[in-house]
Amino acid sequence: MGRYVVRRLLQAIPVLLGTTFLIFAIVYALPGDPLQALAGDRRVDPVFAQTMREMFHLNEPLLVRYWYYVRDIFSGDFGMTFRGLPVSTIFEGKFQVTLNLAMTALLIEAVVGIGLGLIAALRRGSWADTGVLAFTLLLVSIPTLVSGFVLQLVLGVQLKLSTGIDFFPVAGLRDGWRSYLVPGIVLAGTSIAYLTRLTRTSLMETLRADYVRTAIAKGMPRRRVLGRHALRNSLIPLVTYLGADLGTLMGGAVITETIFNMDGIGRQLFQSVYLRENSVVVGIVTVLVLVYILANLIVDLLYAVLDPRIRYE
Amino acid sequence: MNRPAGAVDTHLSPSLFSGSLGTEPLLAVDNLHVEFTTRQGVARAVNGVSYSLDAGETLAVLGESGSGKSVTAQAIMGILDMPPARIPKGEIRFRGTDLLKLSESARSQIRGQQIAMVFQDALSALNPVFTVGWQIAEMFRVHRGMGRKAAYAKAIELMERVRIPAAKQRVNDYPHQFSGGMRQRIMIAMSIALDPEILIADEPTTALDVTVQAQIMELLAELQRESNMAMILITHDLGVVADVADKIAVMYAGRIVENAPVHDVYKNPAHPYAKGLLESIPRVDLKGQELYAIKGLPPNLLDMPTGCAFHPRCPYKQDECVTEVPPLHQISGTRSSACHYWREVLDGTAG
Repeated sequence: MGRYVVRRLLQAIPVLLGTTFLIFAIVYALPGDPLQALAGDRRVDPVFAQTMREMFHLNEPLLVRYWYYVRDIFSGDFGMTFRGLPVSTIFEGKFQVTLNLAMTALLIEAVVGIGLGLIAALRRGSWADTGVLAFTLLLVSIPTLVSGFVLQLVLGVQLKLSTGIDFFPVAGLRDGWRSYLVPGIVLAGTSIAYLTRLTRTSLMETLRADYVRTAIAKGMPRRRVLGRHALRNSLIPLVTYLGADLGTLMGGAVITETIFNMDGIGRQLFQSVYLRENSVVVGIVTVLVLVYILANLIVDLLYAVLDPRIRYE
Repeated sequence: MNRPAGAVDTHLSPSLFSGSLGTEPLLAVDNLHVEFTTRQGVARAVNGVSYSLDAGETLAVLGESGSGKSVTAQAIMGILDMPPARIPKGEIRFRGTDLLKLSESARSQIRGQQIAMVFQDALSALNPVFTVGWQIAEMFRVHRGMGRKAAYAKAIELMERVRIPAAKQRVNDYPHQFSGGMRQRIMIAMSIALDPEILIADEPTTALDVTVQAQIMELLAELQRESNMAMILITHDLGVVADVADKIAVMYAGRIVENAPVHDVYKNPAHPYAKGLLESIPRVDLKGQELYAIKGLPPNLLDMPTGCAFHPRCPYKQDECVTEVPPLHQISGTRSSACHYWREVLDGTAG
């Protein structure tokens, strides 16, 4: 098991190198001059431009620049922004915000998705099942941009105006955990739909399994048959999905954080791409990839807990 | 233990034992019908099956796939998926009470405790994510309210009883860590845990090697002798039946076509289908000759032949067979056959 973890972490190194290089190349290929982006509409002083270009190796070819970047990363240095701030200080506190948001979304997704999926599977063919399926279809068809602004308006503004209930903040982070609720729901939206359907299918399949029939034949009460014998087996695909989804949710935070004005890495990423702050963009993506790899590793380890047939030597 | 089966005859006079007779069998299936609603129509899987079972007795239910033998057993256990299954007619009386009229919770009290079942494929019938000890101990914990320790001790005891070597060490192993034969032993240990009065074994040896098959059958027979348990043995393997069973019910297309003490059937079958089954057993003295096979295919349950369901495959077929459904003719006190020409079938083999 320990050796397995070490091996998986070693495997993460080439993955990290590959992804960072891809991002590096894409940012490099973006049209526009980062120094001009910094100056806005004004003319850039040629002497300043020359100094900056040398300082940030902007005149070097792609591979050389990438080499400098990787070398610095391994000494724990994420580089500097064009404004002269270390990239690591820009990260400060922002990862926490995005992680909080993603975890809130994941929690909402897990509770609502699995809950609805269970109802649908247990009442297969009933109006509840049909309703749940229709609801998931609705969820996947609404883009985050729409659901974000609508929920912000309805829950954040109109609820307060019409009923006086001031529970959901409109935007920002000043209200502690409540600040994360509406953005969490928005971010979880489509994932809830997929998880609901996955839960429904997975449980329906498990309910047809021979060992569930055995449990009934053993005279086990229905609640035990479902809760012990069926649920544990149907959880396995769900855990995979949830683990992989943590990465998707952190990446998806770009739009949600921008709508709700949350100071996380998603909004930072958006701004940095806009400003051609290459070192920040690549830094954020590197950390996101790392989170993704770790989440997948945890999922694989959870497998062994849920299913004894899976063993890592 | 081997009371004559003829003392109770459910086939011709089911009304006889709704009350007055003091000889109510342990289990009586009476005119049972089961149908499945499918998209293509209604499949009548069981069409009026009746059989009975006394304490300590073994009834072998014989028939090919789709003959309704497993569905009948599942109806007795109450583990049919309803819907799509439906039981429009019939009774299943256990000690005189009709199980079909009981509530679900009352039935789950009988399941596992009084009537238990062994399934065909133990690998899929055992839950892959729990240890075998946990799965056996569950019987004692849920039905007897035992603590963890006591229940596990009982589980080890049972594993020893079905002769699993090193039971103490293996109690914490998972089903996939056992061989096929050992898994079936665990399945059996689980089913006899609470000393049921009836054990239904649904093709318990089909998924196993021939050598292991014999061991499992021996084990079942031995456990039955020890506890005077009644057994319904569902199989399509005639070789298995002869040694273990007291009586045989041969099923075809959801009906019982022949009902008889085991040796009568082997000596002299009274239904062409039973006869065909017997003749298709490979025999040493006929080595080198072509193996007999019943012509044709089992009937489609959605589109049953008219008259006798066996007529398209029957060598004794007459015009009457195409139009008239044969009743279950009483041949003797203990035998019956659903063939218009049972006399000819009997004579044919005798002569």
